[in-house]
Amino acid sequence: MSSSVDRFDSRARGDFARMGQTRVHRGELLRHPTYTRFLHWSVAIFFILSLLSGFAIYSAWLFRWLTPVFGGGARTRALHPWFGLLFAIFFLFQFINWFGPMAWTAADSKFTRRLKEYATNRYDLESEDTGFFNGGQKIYFWTIAVCAVLFLITGLLMWFDHLVARWLIVVSYVVHDLAALVMLAGFIIHVYEGTAHQPGTFRSMINGTVTEKWAWTHHPAWYRAVTGRDPRDAYEQEKRRLAEREGRPE
Amino acid sequence: MANPQMFQIQEISAHPGPVPGAGTRREEQVCKYIDVSTCIGCKACEVACVEWNDHPFRETTFNDTYQTMPSTEWNYWNLIKFAEDSRDGNLMWLMRKDQCMHCEDPGCLRACPADGAIIKYQNGIVDFQQDNCIGCGYCISGCPFDIPKFNEKTKKVYKCTLCSDRVGQGLEPACIKSCPTGCLHFGTKTDMVQIASTRAKQLREQSGFADAGVYDPGSIGGTHVIYVLHDIKNPERYGLPANPVIPPSYTYWRWLAKPTGLMLAVVGVAAVFFHRVFYGPKMPQPEDLPVVETRPEDEIDAGRKERP
Repeated sequence: MSSSVDRFDSRARGDFARMGQTRVHRGELLRHPTYTRFLHWSVAIFFILSLLSGFAIYSAWLFRWLTPVFGGGARTRALHPWFGLLFAIFFLFQFINWFGPMAWTAADSKFTRRLKEYATNRYDLESEDTGFFNGGQKIYFWTIAVCAVLFLITGLLMWFDHLVARWLIVVSYVVHDLAALVMLAGFIIHVYEGTAHQPGTFRSMINGTVTEKWAWTHHPAWYRAVTGRDPRDAYEQEKRRLAEREGRPE
Repeated sequence: MANPQMFQIQEISAHPGPVPGAGTRREEQVCKYIDVSTCIGCKACEVACVEWNDHPFRETTFNDTYQTMPSTEWNYWNLIKFAEDSRDGNLMWLMRKDQCMHCEDPGCLRACPADGAIIKYQNGIVDFQQDNCIGCGYCISGCPFDIPKFNEKTKKVYKCTLCSDRVGQGLEPACIKSCPTGCLHFGTKTDMVQIASTRAKQLREQSGFADAGVYDPGSIGGTHVIYVLHDIKNPERYGLPANPVIPPSYTYWRWLAKPTGLMLAVVGVAAVFFHRVFYGPKMPQPEDLPVVETRPEDEIDAGRKERP
């Protein structure tokens, strides 16, 4: 990232931090500042609007019940590219915002090798070199980045279809659909991981904070970086504290 | 649409012998036949189309030809295309009336995702139902003849109806009625192919057009608008595709891959739900209530046994 983009990014973070506020209580860590949260939900809102209006085009015969929400079939179709464009714009800012921490590392390769164990809850504590994002989150981020580019290119071709050759439009429809299906799969997993599968995660995008416990469990290297404490030591200490409390008569 | 069979005579009083015409059936497949060799480019059909379909008067576009505008429009369904070609070193002016071809296997209908937006009648007419149209534009890319056109105001797509409203009442399409040279014909598909073949033969044998023939492309199952062309070997000279095709994505992708993709999405939602049921949550560690037993070996017995 060039320095002017960096400057823009840090200025935006500063402006949003002044506009909003994030309260970090004792035993909590700041995970997502106001700017990140704003971008995440802007992307999410326009993704969901694109998804719903997209369903009404993807299989209009099946999803015609969705169209009254947008003012009828033709209006749904007319709004869809605008939803998509706003999704792409907000994601561009999120991309700039997260480009750094989303860089792939050796720890992420290790994470993907242990993906099966991760998915079946075979271990409680994440590998100690797992940083701010784990390998799975990075895969989702880069999938969105690639899909967003595909969406944008094919979407613009279809939007200005009178300027483009017929075969290009036909190919665009298929590529747009494929990108949508890949995104949908990622979206289902993303929502599940952020809510039901990992309690304590969703609040990071609402309040902006997570508990220290959550941090040393799921992102130990990040915990070490922000607190300076060893995540395993912190875990053992907390375990001893709980055991003592358990042993002590009420 | 009045059913013609309702008015077929069944019995006749005091009539000797069988009822005339008993058992005859009217052929349903209609067809428009255009003989480009007798078209004089008068554009009466263009005007008749605009008038009958109540289209607004619109500006024409001059681009150094006699053509009214470069291509058909959402409210200009009938357009004579002028091409300056040559024959034996002399100018040959090709005029072809361009409109919807009413394909037997319509690419627009194959491509359309909206329930009921495009219909094909028994008689072969392909008609758009704008009430059900969502304006997605799939039909535009599905058409091998570049006929459906998008209306920016209504956000819907329009094209020639072969005057289905007139044909339903037993009338010929408006363009046919207006043609002064008789180069436009309308009738059953069998009759039109017959007349067109005769005309093509006449052009071949008596007028020196050795390659004259009937344009009724088999790659899309034939069309309900057929042409007699001077040169059937090169329909591109008239701006017609030699082998019009519907992109395969509108059959395989639409009816196989797309529903499969949706099904997978439903399976995906079910998968994460049952993942939660099977494996439970990943709690921040250590948990307040420590785990006593992760996976009891005798899970079934444990429930049955009474604990002391």
